[in-house]
Amino acid sequence: MRTVLSFLTRTRGSKRLHITDLLTYAYLLLGTVIMFGPVIWLVMSSFKPQAELVRFPPRFLPYRQETATVVGYDEPLQLFTVTMEDGTTRTLAQVRRVGIEAQMIDPASPDEIIRVNINQRTPVEEVYFGLENYTEGINRFNFWQYFRNSLVVTIASTLLTLLINSMAAFALSKYKFRGRDAVLMITISTLMVPVSVILIPVFLVITEVGWNNNLLGIIVPAAATPTGVFLLRQYMLTIPDELLDSARIDGASEWRIYLQIILPLARPALAVLAIFSVMWRWNDFLWPLIVLSRSELFTLQVGLNSFQGELQVQWNLILAMTVLTLLPITFVFAFLQRYITTGIATTGMK
Amino acid sequence: MKRFVVFFALALMLVGVLAVHAQDPVELRITWYDDGNEGTVLRDILDRFEAENPDIRVVVDTVAYNTILEQLPLQVEAGEGPDMARVTNFDAFKGFYLDLRSYLEDTDYWEASFAPAVLAALRSGEDDADALYGFPNQFTVTGPYINRTLFEQAGIDVPSDSMDAVTWEEWTDAAKQVAEATGTQYAIAMDRSGHRFAGPAFSEGAILFADDGSVTIDTPGFRTMAELFVQWHTEGITPAEVWIGSGGSYAAAADYFINGQLVMYMAGSWQIGRFANDIGDAFDWEAVPNPSGPGGSTGMPGGTMMVAFAETEHPAEVARVMDYLVQVDNLKEFTERTLFIPAHLGLGELNFQTDVVAAQNALNVFAAEVPKLSDQAYELQFGGKAFAINNPIRDRLTQVLTGELSLEDALARAQQDVDDALAAASQ
Amino acid sequence: MATNSALQRRNKRAPGILQMVLSPVVSLLSALFQGVIYIIDFVMKPLQDRLGVRGMAYVFVLPNLLIFGIFILLPMLLNFYYAFTGGTQLFPQNRPFVGLDNLTTLFTCDNFLDPNSCRDDLFWRAVFNTLGYVTLQVGTMVVLSLITAMVLNAKIVARGFFRSVFFYPVLLSPVVVALIWKWILQQNGLLNGLLVSLGGESVSFLTNAAWAQTWVIVISVWAQMGFFTLILLAGLQSIPGEYYEAAAIDGASRWQSFRSVTLPLLMPTMLVVLVLALIRAVQVFDQVFPFTGGGPGTATQYMVQYIYQTGFANQTKEYGLAAAASLVMAMFLLILTTLQLRLGRSSDAA
Repeated sequence: MRTVLSFLTRTRGSKRLHITDLLTYAYLLLGTVIMFGPVIWLVMSSFKPQAELVRFPPRFLPYRQETATVVGYDEPLQLFTVTMEDGTTRTLAQVRRVGIEAQMIDPASPDEIIRVNINQRTPVEEVYFGLENYTEGINRFNFWQYFRNSLVVTIASTLLTLLINSMAAFALSKYKFRGRDAVLMITISTLMVPVSVILIPVFLVITEVGWNNNLLGIIVPAAATPTGVFLLRQYMLTIPDELLDSARIDGASEWRIYLQIILPLARPALAVLAIFSVMWRWNDFLWPLIVLSRSELFTLQVGLNSFQGELQVQWNLILAMTVLTLLPITFVFAFLQRYITTGIATTGMK
Repeated sequence: MKRFVVFFALALMLVGVLAVHAQDPVELRITWYDDGNEGTVLRDILDRFEAENPDIRVVVDTVAYNTILEQLPLQVEAGEGPDMARVTNFDAFKGFYLDLRSYLEDTDYWEASFAPAVLAALRSGEDDADALYGFPNQFTVTGPYINRTLFEQAGIDVPSDSMDAVTWEEWTDAAKQVAEATGTQYAIAMDRSGHRFAGPAFSEGAILFADDGSVTIDTPGFRTMAELFVQWHTEGITPAEVWIGSGGSYAAAADYFINGQLVMYMAGSWQIGRFANDIGDAFDWEAVPNPSGPGGSTGMPGGTMMVAFAETEHPAEVARVMDYLVQVDNLKEFTERTLFIPAHLGLGELNFQTDVVAAQNALNVFAAEVPKLSDQAYELQFGGKAFAINNPIRDRLTQVLTGELSLEDALARAQQDVDDALAAASQ
Repeated sequence: MATNSALQRRNKRAPGILQMVLSPVVSLLSALFQGVIYIIDFVMKPLQDRLGVRGMAYVFVLPNLLIFGIFILLPMLLNFYYAFTGGTQLFPQNRPFVGLDNLTTLFTCDNFLDPNSCRDDLFWRAVFNTLGYVTLQVGTMVVLSLITAMVLNAKIVARGFFRSVFFYPVLLSPVVVALIWKWILQQNGLLNGLLVSLGGESVSFLTNAAWAQTWVIVISVWAQMGFFTLILLAGLQSIPGEYYEAAAIDGASRWQSFRSVTLPLLMPTMLVVLVLALIRAVQVFDQVFPFTGGGPGTATQYMVQYIYQTGFANQTKEYGLAAAASLVMAMFLLILTTLQLRLGRSSDAA
């Protein structure tokens, strides 16, 4: 216990807590609340039924109204706390409501009908983490099919990205060849125009290639990421040329050098790119949306979008399914966060 | 050994290919979107169809409504579209529909079953005057709902109980009084949609279409409704989030109504199913006739059509599916289970599948609205310019509400947007 | 203390088991890798003999460049052509050539400072909104990222944890970020619920132009800050500690050592952050569109949304006009980035 305490109060060498330490931790705590709070609110909301979602002011925990099964009634009846005319309160079950009058019964003596003004009753509620949104969403949503497609796209595209980006980065960092600057310029220029701006021509090209409604149409075009090329190139520049030269003297081919020297040495940068690529591809929305129109090929993000009707939007299902799409990436992050945070630091994204 | 393995694998593959081909039914695709349970009902009907027609398999691709609006026209134009689809923008696909006539056994049945104006909405008008490109599978009418319980609690009479013709101004006043008396957050609201606004505007006397087919936004009737609508916002009696907070898209005020925070809600017949489910017995809700004015008492017709596309490789099979779906029994089941207003003229007595009395009543109210729809309303919905007109009105009116434009400027801009859109479409 | 060593023991044993299970897998994989290298070498060696070492560079660049060329560069060129055509046809060969008409439409204004006087008022509203957004968002984000990076660079407890806290939102897809915050900020949302229960009035965060513009910035900073913080953190960590020691010996205060050591040495990293942040800010769309849809009115409608709506979402798709606007945006970005790199270089020299 003492070690924990001393660990927690360990500060900038001095024995007292300095004011900057206090500020630092206040900042970090506030940051934690602001960064995680919204996501936790999303998770809480995903358990709420539609009616609770539009309630104001909203409540943190999900609630549902308690019900009681009363002899003589097939359906469970909803329970209310009723303020009687003499000022006492009773817990009654509602049989039906007519206008501003509710017909209620005491579950203990179900024969007598008590008539109550609807303003005199408040629902009896309990905290309830209902999975209904999730089960309904998964049933209506073909979740596993979309999950599988997302997984295929993410993994295949990431592997392809790692391969071709590292090949290009190798060439751009370790060779002097005619057109190298042009290649670099082209790579930079692709940063300037986002996909949302060239959707129509992209659709035309995909159609001409014949990759409409084909997962290849998402996997391949997305694999050539400019960020990946730059990140790897920057890292490979730090690998000494002498290593390559001595390998060449030993008779190694260029491919052998790439596979056996460059790739293993670039592992930290490759790890960072892998994580980014997984994140990008898992979250991709606009590109898959224009490539895919057959539901058996939908990725999670595109499938999620299909909950938006013309006239109705099914928020409870959207929230629950959104949480499900967050889970895998959160797990990946939880296990790999060490590599992400230290990886970016050591690859020197600069 | 190795050779044996290779031979074995090849043989297996060959058997597989043959097996697949021997019993491979024709696969047809429907691109569809869901507002409620209609996708489930469609699937049930298609399952029956597949059982009776083992040579055809129908796959329903459910997408977002926006995908139907934005991507589907591209896919169809590029020759990558589905065989059939549920669409609302009938103009976006003109020239790409499949004429079903030569594949149908009984075209007279089709023509007799649906309103001529609706079937004509799909035709480009060049040399396809009798073509059958699809059928309406959902008909909607816009109109207001009220929360009767709130009127009772406030002790204020529902205007339409005692009067045949109630104006929008009278309804606004009544709703305002009810909201004040009961402490309800909002008195009146309308979905964010030019289509929703059009009905009230026509009732107030707006005339969008002249006899020569030209479009004029700025008419006295239109102004009257626009001013009343702006007044709702300046007085704060309507939830500002619906129109102002929703950027460039449609938004519904249904949640406020369901939650009892709204006295009167201008929406349409498609909300009945949702209200029946979500309001339960929390309060009494009902549909009331569209308010009246100098232009009559009209809502807007609307709805979706099931269409077939000419790109399909299996036109005969597509026609079989379509013909199956329009049969009285199937269309009747579809209508009864989805709580839609029937688009078919001869379905006879309908037995809507809901226990909720309010839903039954509302369906009757909306059915009675159909004959009152004005010619202008039909022209707007089925005359080929619906989206070119509705969206600019929606977006420009919003700019008035946020103070970016004066009503004067907004009407002029809306006119310019409509003219531009129509000009670009004809280029 | 005792629990501590037990923990260590357990930690030591776990990888042992893992290794035992994994070691055959690993050796199998490495054997496989060797095999792959051998095969590739076998295939590529003759190629290298024909092309020479330098020629191999083209082989390495080729796959990446091919994908870039087909799926990004080609659509960009098509887009360029679209900018000079009219009508609503999809295929370029069916579209009438209209010369500079689209650009003229965009640039017809009585007074370029008043969008209402322009032929295409929406385009100019988008331009001004984008300018305002870029200035405020980039400024806020760089300052906050720098502060966070410095806090994380201090000697703090659980540094790894806090680093990942700030990085977590970077993983979320723009659509999810928008959904989460919409849920918090809407009229009946969490934040107004808190305000009301604390006795305040609820605020129309999303229906008031100034509030909406503010929140759009807050949210984009929330979602992107972690990424830039990590880059800056890497930059901070590459500053040798001796510099600070030397400054301390000279009796420099914390502020002085920040100004004379940290800032100048961090400048190259800052420049990268600035350029990247700027490019992303000008292209703002993915988050804002599902969040506000450009509203209230057109208060958060930025250039990419204008292009997206004109060319794609509107029911009369004016691809030509949209493409012309995207050319304007690309030029704008190009000028801004070069200007910034110039400035960065000259301040480096000074």
